[in-house]
Amino acid sequence: MADGTLPPVLTSSHPIGGLTPLRMTGVRLVRKGQVLLNIEDLTIGSAGVTVLLGPNGAGKSLLLRVADGLVRPDAGAVTWGGLAPDGTVRRRIGFVFQQPVLLRRSVRANLKFAMGISGLWDRRKADRALEDAGLAGLGDRPARVLSGGERQRLALARALVLDPEVLLLDEPTASLDPAAVAAVEGMIGRAVARGLKVVLVTHDIGQARRLADEVIFLHRGQITEQAAARLFFADPRSAAAKAYLSGLLIP
Amino acid sequence: MQDFGAAFRLAGHLLVSGDPDLLEIVARSLAVSLGAVLVACLIGLPLGALIGFLRFPGRRAIVVFLNALMGLPPVVIGLLVYMMLSRAGPLGPLGLLYTPTAMVIAQAVLVTPLVAALARQTVETLAAEYDEYFQSLAVPWHAALGALLWDGRSALVTVALAGFGRAIAEVGAVIIVGGNIDHLTRVMTTAIALETSKGDLALALALGMVLILLSVGVNAAVMGVRSRAVEAGHG
Ligand SMILES: Nc1ncnc2c1ncn2[C@@H]1O[C@H](COP(=O)(O)OP(=O)(O)O)[C@@H](O)[C@H]1O
Ligand SMILES: [Mg+2]
Repeated sequence: MADGTLPPVLTSSHPIGGLTPLRMTGVRLVRKGQVLLNIEDLTIGSAGVTVLLGPNGAGKSLLLRVADGLVRPDAGAVTWGGLAPDGTVRRRIGFVFQQPVLLRRSVRANLKFAMGISGLWDRRKADRALEDAGLAGLGDRPARVLSGGERQRLALARALVLDPEVLLLDEPTASLDPAAVAAVEGMIGRAVARGLKVVLVTHDIGQARRLADEVIFLHRGQITEQAAARLFFADPRSAAAKAYLSGLLIP
Repeated sequence: MQDFGAAFRLAGHLLVSGDPDLLEIVARSLAVSLGAVLVACLIGLPLGALIGFLRFPGRRAIVVFLNALMGLPPVVIGLLVYMMLSRAGPLGPLGLLYTPTAMVIAQAVLVTPLVAALARQTVETLAAEYDEYFQSLAVPWHAALGALLWDGRSALVTVALAGFGRAIAEVGAVIIVGGNIDHLTRVMTTAIALETSKGDLALALALGMVLILLSVGVNAAVMGVRSRAVEAGHG
């Protein structure tokens, strides 16, 4: 990842009947007369990390929810490898919310619940996932007493242990200190190295530079550009992205 | 002017010596109220959980209605249950009036709305917290409900304890449908009312102390459940 080139679309690890590409066409979301999302045509391929970058309130979280079928758009179509995001498709997609929803149970029981829903509880696999998350000693700890970084890592481990085909991450490090950010990004990097497709929302330019193979810039509910990360950071095309990268406050 | 000091001494003696009349009344009170809470939980917990969990038209109105029922005075419930059970009432042929069963029914009617309303609140709060995660996992409704009840279990236990506290302390409903018959339907609250009106303060005071101890015990249990739940991370 982040080697500067956009990997070819056809290297998907789930080539037949896979969930990629994600396609959105004519997607509009309007609330109280305000157009919150207006996505004419978006395709996200199978490889690497796609970063959804944009200022607060741009509609990044909404876009991710619409992609996962959690929010139904007022118009337009969302498909994953041709399939609408219904419950069956959603179970093949991991979603980590910005404020992770942790069950009021132990760390391990959180993994157990998620795995049990798909009927694949496997204690050793759960313990490996906890180890990968740096939570090996905390399996019996109540999830709700974890620190911010531990919570994010648990949410990430709980999504990864289900072997999703795609992982949607909403600002997974937004309120973490640098060491915790590094731990979370390490987990993401290892998952991507195993061939996982990641769509990551962030407003953090540094994080986008570190992780992105491809960048989609969102501004006021619209995509102003989509480009390979190297190209995007070297030469952003849209005025909004230019301003954002140069640190200007864009309205 | 009565001698309150003597009454207190006599009450203490009744308690310490384990007076059989006193023990009988306390045991009957516990049996009636525990029975009522059991019935109320069997009906109220699933009912409240479903109302807190499901989304359906008219739900808001049901919640308001349930909360209003919670505040019904025990005497009114006693009157309604009396009318149901009296010889001319629909359940008259069962001959339950002035039996402990009638008292269990009355207290169950009294406590069920409380249990249902509190359970509804507990489950609804947790459901809102879990909602999006469960959607993203496409959790089937029965697994979702099971998880809400399990993770809300300590709150639901305190709901049952609150129900018991209300049942054991009420006098209006049991006196109407039970009739306060000695050795049959006399419970702590009705005995206190009667003995006080007769001027026999010793037994009334002794029973009053037991009631206070029970209520302190219930509150201690609630606090214990809460703090253990917080430690275990499901509070
Ligand atoms: N359910 C909703 N109803 C109405 N407006 C919403 C809703 N969710 C989000 N919004 C609005 O949509 C805009 C984009 O929100 P969001 O996607 O959370 O932004 P971002 O994640 O990019 O910071 C914001 O102005 C927000 O107030
Ligand atoms: Mg957001």
